[in-house]
Amino acid sequence: MIELYILLIFMIIGAIIAIEVKDLLSSVIAVGAVGLGLSIVFLILKAPDVAITQLVVEILCLIILIRATLKKDIPFSTSGRWFLNTLITLGFIIIFLTVAIKSLSDLPEFGYPMMRVAKTYLREGLAKTGASNIVASVILDFRAYDTLGEATILFTAVIGVLTIVRRIGRKKENQQIEEEDE
Amino acid sequence: MIIYLLCLVLFCCGIYCILRKRNIIKIIVGIIISEYAVNLFFILTAYRVGGRAPIFSSEAEILNMVDPLPHALVLTSIVIGLATTALLVAIAMRIYEKYGTFDITKIRELKG
Amino acid sequence: MSKEHEKGMSLIVKTITRLTVGLILLYGIYIVFHGHVSPGGGFAGGVIIALSFIHLMLAYGREVAFRKLSKATASVFENLGAILFLIIALLGFAGGYFFLNFISKGEPFRLFSAGIIPLCNIAISLKVGAGLFAIFVALVLLRLDGESKK
Repeated sequence: MIELYILLIFMIIGAIIAIEVKDLLSSVIAVGAVGLGLSIVFLILKAPDVAITQLVVEILCLIILIRATLKKDIPFSTSGRWFLNTLITLGFIIIFLTVAIKSLSDLPEFGYPMMRVAKTYLREGLAKTGASNIVASVILDFRAYDTLGEATILFTAVIGVLTIVRRIGRKKENQQIEEEDE
Repeated sequence: MIIYLLCLVLFCCGIYCILRKRNIIKIIVGIIISEYAVNLFFILTAYRVGGRAPIFSSEAEILNMVDPLPHALVLTSIVIGLATTALLVAIAMRIYEKYGTFDITKIRELKG
Repeated sequence: MSKEHEKGMSLIVKTITRLTVGLILLYGIYIVFHGHVSPGGGFAGGVIIALSFIHLMLAYGREVAFRKLSKATASVFENLGAILFLIIALLGFAGGYFFLNFISKGEPFRLFSAGIIPLCNIAISLKVGAGLFAIFVALVLLRLDGESKK
């Protein structure tokens, strides 16, 4: 399990670089490194379905973020109430960590899950659905309502993006902005 | 237990980025990182020592499988995360087009 | 050389794209169809199918990609995927309840098995692939409009 710790520390370092670096493009690429490391961690934890999905989704996410940040290097401003902001943020993180560490003791030990529901799926999944991939039978047969909700959310997101991006009825405003810029 | 702690540290990195930074792209980056940490936590709770992937084989009988339920939940969560990230990026690009900046403290001052 | 060849990236990228984009699309379709017997499924396959068209768009420019799959066709495919998934779920009422696996299960470990699961995989892959392609096209068009103003 030592490789798991190494990969997790690599991901934390990547996240810190992504947060603290000034250039936006470098930050986005560091997030890509974190996501690809996460894909390898999924593979080590014996979740090949999730690993494939994470790999391809990460690539698409990276392309979208690079499209957004290309040629837009904005100067990094830290003026204003940075001291108060940092104090509040650190206080929130400390409260969160204490609560989380207290609740960690109630979790089952790492490597020994409870599997109360999953026992039924593993025992009867092949006979009830005929699919040898248990994850596919869970998302499309036992818990198909989750997938229906996911489809609804995806549909809403596509409609939202198309609504935000559309040009019809906005021409006058844009011309005014152009004049103000010049 | 230490592995759960490392996962929590990753989540705290994302939370710090969301609360502290002013650039919209940095805030999106923080949301992505904390989403990764939550997905990782689900998969960590599903792992079983010496377990195999939850796929039956026709040649050999596999007895010691990992928990397939969190895998299914995370699989839908990843795709939803991509869709919401795209929505956030669209809003950020529209804000950049309108105000010419990604800084959230500057946006409040310029009233369009 | 016609006008199309001047847009997009360099000749090397275009040649490699022409050789690989069909294989990527085929791999996505393979992942979708074998989702119930091996790792993969509708989500991963749909994203790979969307990535193949995005690859085409990045290398050749948007006109060539739109000739293969236009924006209207993408939205039609997305709605088709959603409606197909709902129809499969509603057909379960013929036997009793929502999402009933009404087709015979078949022999395990074969391609044609598991009842409605492969059909649901195809519907979800259509929905995810077309939806993500539509999102990407919308973002790219916004960017190009912003550049032309300057």
